Amino acid sequence: MADLAIKPPLAELNPPLVEGNHSYSTVTHTVSGIVERKTPKQWFIAISISGAITLMMLGMIGYLFLNGVGVWGNNSPVGWAWDITNFVFWIGIGHAGTLISAILFLFRQKWRTSINRAAEAMTLFAVACALLFPLIHVGRPWRAYWMFPIPNTDLNMWQNFRSPLLWDVFAVSTYGTVSALFWYVGLLPDLATLRDRARTRIRQLVYGVLSLGWRGSARAWRHYEMAYLILAGLSTPLVLSVHTIVSFDFAVSIIPGWHTTIFPPYFVAGAIFSGFAMVVTLMVIFRYAFQLEDLVTIKHLENMNIVMLATGSIVGYAYATELFIAWYSGNMYEKFAFLNRTTGPYWWAYWTMVSCNVISPQFFWFKKLRRNIPFMFVISIFVNIGMWFERFVIIVTSLHRDFLPSSWGYFRPTFVDVCTFIGTLGFFTTLFLLFVRFLPMIAISEVKGVMPAPGASERGQH
Amino acid sequence: METAQITPFAAIAEFDTPGALVQAAEKVRKAGYSKTDALTPFPVHGIDEALGIPRSHLGYIVLCIGMMGTAAALLLQWWTGAVDYPLVIGGKPLFAFEFSIPVTFELTVLFSSFAAVFGMLALNGLPRFYHPLDNARMTRRVSDDRFVLVIDKSDPKFHPVETIGFLRSLNPISTELVED
Amino acid sequence: MDLVQISNQKKPTGAGKHYWRSVNELDGTAKLEGWLDQEFPAGPVNDSSRRQVLKLMGASFGLAGLVACRRPEEKIMPLSKGVEDLVPGKPLLYNSVFVHAGAAAGVRVTTHDGRPTKIEGNPDHPYSEGKATGLAQGALLNLYDPDRSKQVSEKGNESSWEKFGAFAKTHFDGVGNGDGLRFLSQRVVSPTLTSVREQALKKWPGAKWVEWEPVNNDNALAGAQLAFGNVVEAHYHLDQADVIVALDSDFLNLDSPTVLPARQFTRKRKVTEPGDAIARLYAVESQFSATGATADHRLRLRAGAIAAFTADLAALVGVGESKTLSGEKERKFLAALAKDLKANEGRSVVVAGPRQPAEVHALAHAINQTLGNCGKTVTFTQALAEPMLDGLKALAADLSGGKVSTLVMLGGNPAHDAPADLDLAGGIGKAQTSIHLAHNANETSALATWHLPEAHYLESWGDARALDGTVSIQQPMILPLYGGRSALEVVAQLAGLPSAKGHDLVRGFWQGQWPAADRERVWRKALHDGVVANTKFAEAKVTAKAPAAGAKAPGTGYDVAFHPSSSLWDGRYANNAWMQETPEPMSKLVWDNAAMVSPATLKALGATQGDVISITVGGKSIEAPVMVQPGHADQAISISLGYGRKNAGRVGDGVGVNAYPIRTTAGLHIAEAQVAKTAKTHKLVTTQEHFRMEDRPIIREATTAQYKEDPKFAEKMSEMPPIDSIYGYHSYEQGYQWGMAIDLNACTGCNACLVACQAENNVPTVGKAQVSRGREMHWIRLDRYYTGTGDEAQSVSQPMTCQQCETAPCESVCPVAATTHSPEGLNDMAYNRCIGTRYCANNCPYKVRRFNFLNWHKEDEEVQSLVHNPNVTVRMRGIMEKCTYCVQRIQEKKIQAKVEGRREIKDGEIVTACQQTCPADAIVFGNIKDPGSRVAKLRHQERNYELLAELNTKPRTTYLAKLRNPNPELA
Repeated sequence: MADLAIKPPLAELNPPLVEGNHSYSTVTHTVSGIVERKTPKQWFIAISISGAITLMMLGMIGYLFLNGVGVWGNNSPVGWAWDITNFVFWIGIGHAGTLISAILFLFRQKWRTSINRAAEAMTLFAVACALLFPLIHVGRPWRAYWMFPIPNTDLNMWQNFRSPLLWDVFAVSTYGTVSALFWYVGLLPDLATLRDRARTRIRQLVYGVLSLGWRGSARAWRHYEMAYLILAGLSTPLVLSVHTIVSFDFAVSIIPGWHTTIFPPYFVAGAIFSGFAMVVTLMVIFRYAFQLEDLVTIKHLENMNIVMLATGSIVGYAYATELFIAWYSGNMYEKFAFLNRTTGPYWWAYWTMVSCNVISPQFFWFKKLRRNIPFMFVISIFVNIGMWFERFVIIVTSLHRDFLPSSWGYFRPTFVDVCTFIGTLGFFTTLFLLFVRFLPMIAISEVKGVMPAPGASERGQH
Repeated sequence: METAQITPFAAIAEFDTPGALVQAAEKVRKAGYSKTDALTPFPVHGIDEALGIPRSHLGYIVLCIGMMGTAAALLLQWWTGAVDYPLVIGGKPLFAFEFSIPVTFELTVLFSSFAAVFGMLALNGLPRFYHPLDNARMTRRVSDDRFVLVIDKSDPKFHPVETIGFLRSLNPISTELVED
Repeated sequence: MDLVQISNQKKPTGAGKHYWRSVNELDGTAKLEGWLDQEFPAGPVNDSSRRQVLKLMGASFGLAGLVACRRPEEKIMPLSKGVEDLVPGKPLLYNSVFVHAGAAAGVRVTTHDGRPTKIEGNPDHPYSEGKATGLAQGALLNLYDPDRSKQVSEKGNESSWEKFGAFAKTHFDGVGNGDGLRFLSQRVVSPTLTSVREQALKKWPGAKWVEWEPVNNDNALAGAQLAFGNVVEAHYHLDQADVIVALDSDFLNLDSPTVLPARQFTRKRKVTEPGDAIARLYAVESQFSATGATADHRLRLRAGAIAAFTADLAALVGVGESKTLSGEKERKFLAALAKDLKANEGRSVVVAGPRQPAEVHALAHAINQTLGNCGKTVTFTQALAEPMLDGLKALAADLSGGKVSTLVMLGGNPAHDAPADLDLAGGIGKAQTSIHLAHNANETSALATWHLPEAHYLESWGDARALDGTVSIQQPMILPLYGGRSALEVVAQLAGLPSAKGHDLVRGFWQGQWPAADRERVWRKALHDGVVANTKFAEAKVTAKAPAAGAKAPGTGYDVAFHPSSSLWDGRYANNAWMQETPEPMSKLVWDNAAMVSPATLKALGATQGDVISITVGGKSIEAPVMVQPGHADQAISISLGYGRKNAGRVGDGVGVNAYPIRTTAGLHIAEAQVAKTAKTHKLVTTQEHFRMEDRPIIREATTAQYKEDPKFAEKMSEMPPIDSIYGYHSYEQGYQWGMAIDLNACTGCNACLVACQAENNVPTVGKAQVSRGREMHWIRLDRYYTGTGDEAQSVSQPMTCQQCETAPCESVCPVAATTHSPEGLNDMAYNRCIGTRYCANNCPYKVRRFNFLNWHKEDEEVQSLVHNPNVTVRMRGIMEKCTYCVQRIQEKKIQAKVEGRREIKDGEIVTACQQTCPADAIVFGNIKDPGSRVAKLRHQERNYELLAELNTKPRTTYLAKLRNPNPELA
């Protein structure tokens, strides 16, 4: 990749991105090995559990379709609750993947190479989970396709482009599509590797077809790199726009607690925050499970923790700003909304959010802690929980008490709410397990690109 | 390779480091070969210059298609909202740039990305599931840790025997004459 | 040409009849059901009062035709010009009369293809003036109650009218002079039935006829007896009074008939400019009533202490000697009140409530006389009937004494609602033969030998005399769905009159009253107008004598006061889902009744809301959940009757607490009780959970003085930031621009509009479990807020419905443009475009949008779909709905204007359902661009304000601020 040449001197001081005594072929072997080795029994155990949970989710959705949204706890005034909370939560998770693959790429952060593949996969699966909710939360799911500008024979009507929800449809579907393309383009050379290493006919066929006949010709590489650069360039504003537009769903409305201009940056920071937490959670598990400590080094994890520290602090700052503005605005509805958030019936949700999102990442100021794997794992879980609560707090506590006290209400989830959300966790895990089983979870060719050419130094290459 | 009479497709040489490849490529170009290529497990920097491969012009394709996306988005929102089925909604105008920005942006990105990916594949002539080079023994390892230099038979200076000889002089691991 | 021919033409064959005799036999239905179950199988989330929408839609298509054959076969007189131009689908209006606990009110019934779908007041009837109470409108649903008794039964076994006829013939020939024969009916106000009764009693001189209504006006009648020596009916003219004192009287909501007093009172409260004087209302009461909420001064006093208060008041205005029984707190109030009354001699009135003992009524009459109000603000006529309790006591005695061989019970549910100490339930068993006629096989039917299905008043001929004597003919709109018969018909049959057909009896009776020459004309006119000309009673001249000193100081225990439920009355509407889900006007409680107590009493009981307490009166006790009612009198409990039914039907069974077991002849209205907290709790569900305004300018209120000082006070109460739109505004100048103005100064929060809307717009009911999740569907709700402290709380109420904002926040956010704006400024909902994202509801600052979270019609039976208004879509699950300003009514009038070739629709031609029925005329709808329109004039009043105007929603519905007229001496 182009970045080999203009590698900043700083990188020399950095610890190596690949530890242990690795050659190109050992890298190839370590990564492809995971896919080629005989399936470990733990994998089967894991996927049967997550698969069962996924089935439960499907059951819940079926039950929902048969009876209506009333099987959830949603009510009037709380028209959106866990459904949209989960949607925003999953979309947020997705952002880390794109950030790592696109933004860090543009910033020439070479440490990204060994985690971007898995992170991008995570993005796709998170977006898949997220996309579920806009589709199933509507009262008449069989009409959900009306949100897309398909000429409609029933009524010959079009969509309302003033609606942030419609912007959302475009943003999220675009995001999903582009992430998939980006991910696939990145996969091409590695699929070729698997094809070339394939022993069984079936593998040869499958990976042969998937790799589209990639041969690593220099003439192909230059178009490839250009495409990759462009995709990175496009994904960067895209990923920022997606959560900005998701935040418009709230910011553009008039409900106190939603109607705030701070939302776009606040949401994007939160998304990256939660996304990195999820990447850490997954990476800690899988680098251990598949002995990838050399490729996904403590350095990688530390960097991600630093990003969490930064974004977590931004989020905390956003919370503080919200409260200040609510008080400073002198708007009685705004004031009440935030007083109600912090001290009202949902105070426990608000303070769970604050302690998980603002306090817990602060431990990463200490190098010891941010390099301590069990510790960072726990923190990353906390952050995931906290970020879910952030969305819950924003949505439910703003809705349940708005302008007219006569219509104030209280939201309680039903077992369908709970099981549906747990179900998405199973769905996400299932997809990820399939990914690590059948696709290289580390970008082989990219790793080779950033590792010192073995015994090549005297040829003055590096 | 059971074909009776042998027609060469290309002469190739195999190296074990990107450095060796680039140095060899320089020599090949200086020797006046133009129909050349290299097969590498990852994009090796400097190989383009070494072989004199021009820059990719994929960017222009993406730009054009992206602009089409912008136009399509604005057209869609204006036509559906203000022409085909005008409705007064929230007292807002039938069409306005203010509320058209998000969708316009998203569609621009979508079109551009498709252009980037499918443009790249098209320029590389992919998918292509058979290629004569696949007949070569050594290309199997290209996707692992080998760096292969290719001189195509369509090159005016190409000669089955001399070209191979020349390649040998670049001290590769091995050379081969690939059959068509 | 008359309806006989019409109906004959339309009658499809016997199939229709067969279908009606038993709803489930229509085989098509079974298939439909099967298909529906695949489409929407039932889940655990369902609960009893849900309705099944598709079934209903399917059914109503078929039914429109089928019911055509249900039109009465006797000649009745439609209000519209002749039947010749009857267009299927075009509604016909008929005048009839609705009798409720002995009070008759003229109604105007809308029928679609022979189905009564809506009840409105008859404009020509003195007790309606075109308006109807929630109960009067809600009673319609009982007609289509699937649990109605469908056939005659003998000792619980199926029987038939034929078998009963045969039995009656032999049996009643055998009763001799009727010594053992007793009739027990509800209050009889029907002249025809009265004459039939006379004939029956002539036939059986030994027989006795007893009337019973658990909620009655015995005390008022007895009070008149005390004061004037004979039983007269007092008629109050509140529109003549400047000072009104309500002694435990809820004349604005509960104490039927309420329409007339509400109209008279609010007429005196309306203002157009700061100068205008308004009446002053003092309320002295135990439970917080709608009247108390409207009052300028309210004194909370145990029901049992009001007698003493009245005695003191009487003394202060110069009636009887002063005893000053009242406490310190009341003295100041009494002094100021007495002064105010004296200052307004001839222009004031004291009204005692039906729950207060005769002495209080007598004192009130005496006070009115001393103040020279008699003949001015209160007049008298002969009464319709005597007090009824003694009769019932005698009957109970005869029953237990075994003197009764045959007991004929015509309607009602005496075994359930008679005073507990009379043990009527036990007595009925002692009679060898008991016959019970009732809409539903209720608690009493279970005890009777014979049960006969009773016809609904919309199914049968009759007549009724209003309190002032005005007679109305009761026209049936539809043949009895289940072959029921009216009390009139049954008595006639038993007495063996030549004809036992309601039509012949009623017509025959009245023809006898009129000169032969124009009988036919008078009859037709009576049917057409809904009132029989010159039947008013003449005013009775009476003078009150100084009352006996009856009042004594209140006891030391708890007072428990029984009052009718504003929804179920005495229990007769228990199986009516509309009424069950109509919130109690003050507490907003639905699907339950509760022991209402003051915050102080709650503390004294050591209970919290929802705890179950036991209330013991004379050994008998009941357990009821306790609910706190700000402003309720301390040391007192109010509980409404009518709940806790065991045999009401699928809707009403086991809902709430039955208070009858502790209601005795001694304490029929107020009793001393021992109260104790139990360990149990019960979940009470309200449609409104928060009653504070949180210092937000929602309901804006001022005193008349403040209003005079600063006429624009309402506008100034909300701080308006400079607001503008980046887009500029859409102009609504062309054509009609609909708008609504609601005068909070007139609104009494009586719920009439809510029920009207429910009937007009096919608003579904959802049941207690769903209301507890905040999923009630009412398109118009009455927001109730308390001001002041918990104990001395004042209360205001605000009808809240879609504000039809010009810059509607709901519209902008709908991704599929399912809610958009019409050129006439209506916020339209396209149901078939809605996909149900609920974003619009989230973004509605008034929270008036209602979402079909589930299929509310799942458990409907076909017959229940007959009530629906065919001009309004029945909404399926998963879509949003809300008030439309009754767009179907707007369109109807526009079409009519077009047909008549008119350019303009006259102001007031279009009335929304809520406006139409509002007894207070608080709601005005019209074209705001027409400067001459009433709504435009109201919007130009200084009191006019837009709710949440600071959000720049530009609502089309505006409110006129509330005014109070406090007595400066008490301020």
